[in-house]
Amino acid sequence: MALVLNEEQGMLRDSVKAFLSERAPVAHLRKLRDSRDALGFDRQLWRQFADQGYSAILVPEAQGGLGLGAVEAGIIAEALGRTLTPWPFLSTAVLAARTLARAGSPAQQTELLPKIAAADVVIAYAVDEASKHRPAAIAAKAARDGSGWRLDGAKTFVLDGHVADRFIVAARTSDLGLTLLLVDPRAAGVQIERTLMVDAHNAARLRFDGVRIGADAVLGKADAAGAVLDEVLDLGRAVIAAQLLGLADAVFELTLAYLKERRQFDRAIGEFQALQHRAAELYIDIELTRALVLGALQAVDENPAKAALLVAQAKAHACTTADRAVQEGVQMHGGIGMTDEFDIGLYMKRARTLQELLGDAGFHADRVAAMNGY
Amino acid sequence: MSELETFRRETRAWLEANCPAQMRQPVASESDACWGGRHFKFQSEAQRRWLQIMGERGWTVPAWPKAYGGGGLSKEEAAVLNAEMRALGCRPPLVSFGIWMLGPALLAHGTEEQKLEHLPKIARGEIRWCQGYSEPNAGSDLASLATKAEVHDDHLIINGQKIWTSYADEADWIFCLVRTSTAKKHTGISFILFDMESPGVSTRPIVLISGKSPFCETFFDDVRVPRRNVVGELNAGWTIAKYLLTHEREMIGGIGERSNVKPLGEFAADAVGRDASGRLSEASLRAQIARFEIDEAAFRLLLQASGDRARRGEGNPAMSSALKFYGAELNKRRWELMISAAGADGLEWEGERSNEGTLARTWLRSKGNSIEGGTSEIQLNVVAKRILGLPGV
Ligand SMILES: Cc1cc2nc3c(=O)[nH]c(=O)nc-3n(C[C@H](O)[C@H](O)[C@H](O)COP(=O)(O)OP(=O)(O)OC[C@H]3O[C@@H](n4cnc5c(N)ncnc54)[C@H](O)[C@@H]3O)c2cc1C
Repeated sequence: MALVLNEEQGMLRDSVKAFLSERAPVAHLRKLRDSRDALGFDRQLWRQFADQGYSAILVPEAQGGLGLGAVEAGIIAEALGRTLTPWPFLSTAVLAARTLARAGSPAQQTELLPKIAAADVVIAYAVDEASKHRPAAIAAKAARDGSGWRLDGAKTFVLDGHVADRFIVAARTSDLGLTLLLVDPRAAGVQIERTLMVDAHNAARLRFDGVRIGADAVLGKADAAGAVLDEVLDLGRAVIAAQLLGLADAVFELTLAYLKERRQFDRAIGEFQALQHRAAELYIDIELTRALVLGALQAVDENPAKAALLVAQAKAHACTTADRAVQEGVQMHGGIGMTDEFDIGLYMKRARTLQELLGDAGFHADRVAAMNGY
Repeated sequence: MSELETFRRETRAWLEANCPAQMRQPVASESDACWGGRHFKFQSEAQRRWLQIMGERGWTVPAWPKAYGGGGLSKEEAAVLNAEMRALGCRPPLVSFGIWMLGPALLAHGTEEQKLEHLPKIARGEIRWCQGYSEPNAGSDLASLATKAEVHDDHLIINGQKIWTSYADEADWIFCLVRTSTAKKHTGISFILFDMESPGVSTRPIVLISGKSPFCETFFDDVRVPRRNVVGELNAGWTIAKYLLTHEREMIGGIGERSNVKPLGEFAADAVGRDASGRLSEASLRAQIARFEIDEAAFRLLLQASGDRARRGEGNPAMSSALKFYGAELNKRRWELMISAAGADGLEWEGERSNEGTLARTWLRSKGNSIEGGTSEIQLNVVAKRILGLPGV
């Protein structure tokens, strides 16, 4: 398959980019942050975004969605990465949508998938329990309780958890087995603490103390969620990699423009070879990430056997590239780069959060080594 | 089934039936490959036969037109052939500067007569070419070259010196940049072809840090060359020289990707050992190799994406500089990690155990990747100016 977007994908990219830069540019995030907005995002705007079909990408056609794939979801995420828009796209329209489509019962699908497509529901994904992403070490426990379950444990870094209408919780139900559960935030024994994050995209810490859950809340088979979880997490990682790519692109554009505009020693600072070479290397890194991210997204759609390795490579690479882009971005702007008023700091903060989300470069490099047999 | 799929199946079957087993072994070093030429000594009957049967099909240069000894394949078909050869571990039947550099330049800028004279001999491996670009005082600033060609009615007389001429002592012909006018720097250069057996040509090998001497100082003393051997117009050779360089850069950039050596992680784990859980037992080396493999995967896909973009007419010619820079640096990193993984064993310089120090010598040779074909710094200059549009000299 050619490593370029096809015509429809190119059109999707252009339209979502135009939509976001017009209605939800970086200034929008800044306003939400500065007003300490209770939701942390603008529901109205998010619905308008969904009206364009952008939330329905991964919702199957049978449930009123577009039935598209990872490549298209990546295109949306890349655009969101450019504008830093803090919508529940990843949690709800990617992770939850794919989980429901893969593992949901007909009743669960009929109830939730159309709402995801319409941006009528926020579903937060609760996997992590410690400060680093370690999906192999999930300890939250669901024990059989009559016909249903009893959930105990804690989750952290649950994106959009403070405004969620539902959680998807990964819980251990036996020594080796994991189960995915749909949990109502209003159920007795659920505690939610909103965490204001450095990048102004809110998350939550959750506690479950003997939360009782009905048998109909299990997604897929009990004890056998491992495969679905792996697949969904990899989709999420590929989509986050695309978001990091968009972010790196945007920071690089800002920085390159500044190199041409800012003058010192009677010349544009972009004439200094020390800066030229660093800019050229950063450009090449971004192009490498672009190729790898598209390769990974395509593999998720077309070549599942190769997807895990490519996704790990893509997430690791995107983390490193975006990190380099924001470091160089701040440095090459000099003093201005350190000011809150200037957008580049917002990019640095979001880059840091997205690096941590679902595994940083070190986590994924370790996976690459293991998958390649050393 | 699409035509391309049919082609893939037939190609695989043909390669399986015809590629000698010995030609499916990895190429250990540059001298292990088949370079062709008047004086080439085949290392085995298999090597000779592989060149012959591939040459007969034009598959030494699959995408060149049949009239010039090529296979007449479309770019897509050539990519399929390449992929199938890779999958079966087939060695390229022939490697040469003629294939990588002169051929593309002649196809774009040569006269019909020049193409018919030179291309088929490149395709069949009969004539081996060397590249006379660099001079003692013209390296990165190549256009300052001074080797002089005096123009007469039907011939030119060449005097001067080239340096770092790879395999000049083994090559049959040279493609050479000469100064035919001193009026202007760039528009006084001509691109010319001549036989290395012409009277007045001499070479002196230079020993590299790898202990081998694959390149030479090359001297021209009143060398007489027919006028029809000038490619393009007189004094208009710089454009051709630069065009050829983009192909050289692509070739060097892809150097690591063409080698069919064992994956680095596996090589290192075999050399260093594994811990109880099967991990390479040196954590820091393991992490560095993983990062390398991630960058390598990205590079491989970027090569593919650039090809796809170029086919759509969306390519930027300066991308060859970006790829050359990255591929060269990546290959240096590969050999740094190889020599580090091999530890003391990798430092043996002679003897059978080390295959005459192949690893150490290849490690040292790789340092030239970021110098030959234009240094890494020069490639970054090109990217900064031609792609990023940054101002300056
Ligand atoms: C293995 C090998 C094979 C070769 N084969 C051939 C061959 O077959 N034919 C041929 O003609 N030549 C060949 N060369 C020569 C090669 O093309 C030159 O060595 C190369 O172009 C650099 O020129 P130089 O050696 O004069 O270095 P210099 O140009 O003197 O460079 C020295 C250093 O200065 C840096 N520098 C120079 N200018 C700039 C600038 N503007 N900005 C920043 N840094 C700069 C360079 O990057 C380098 O680090 C070969 C070289 C090697 C190593």
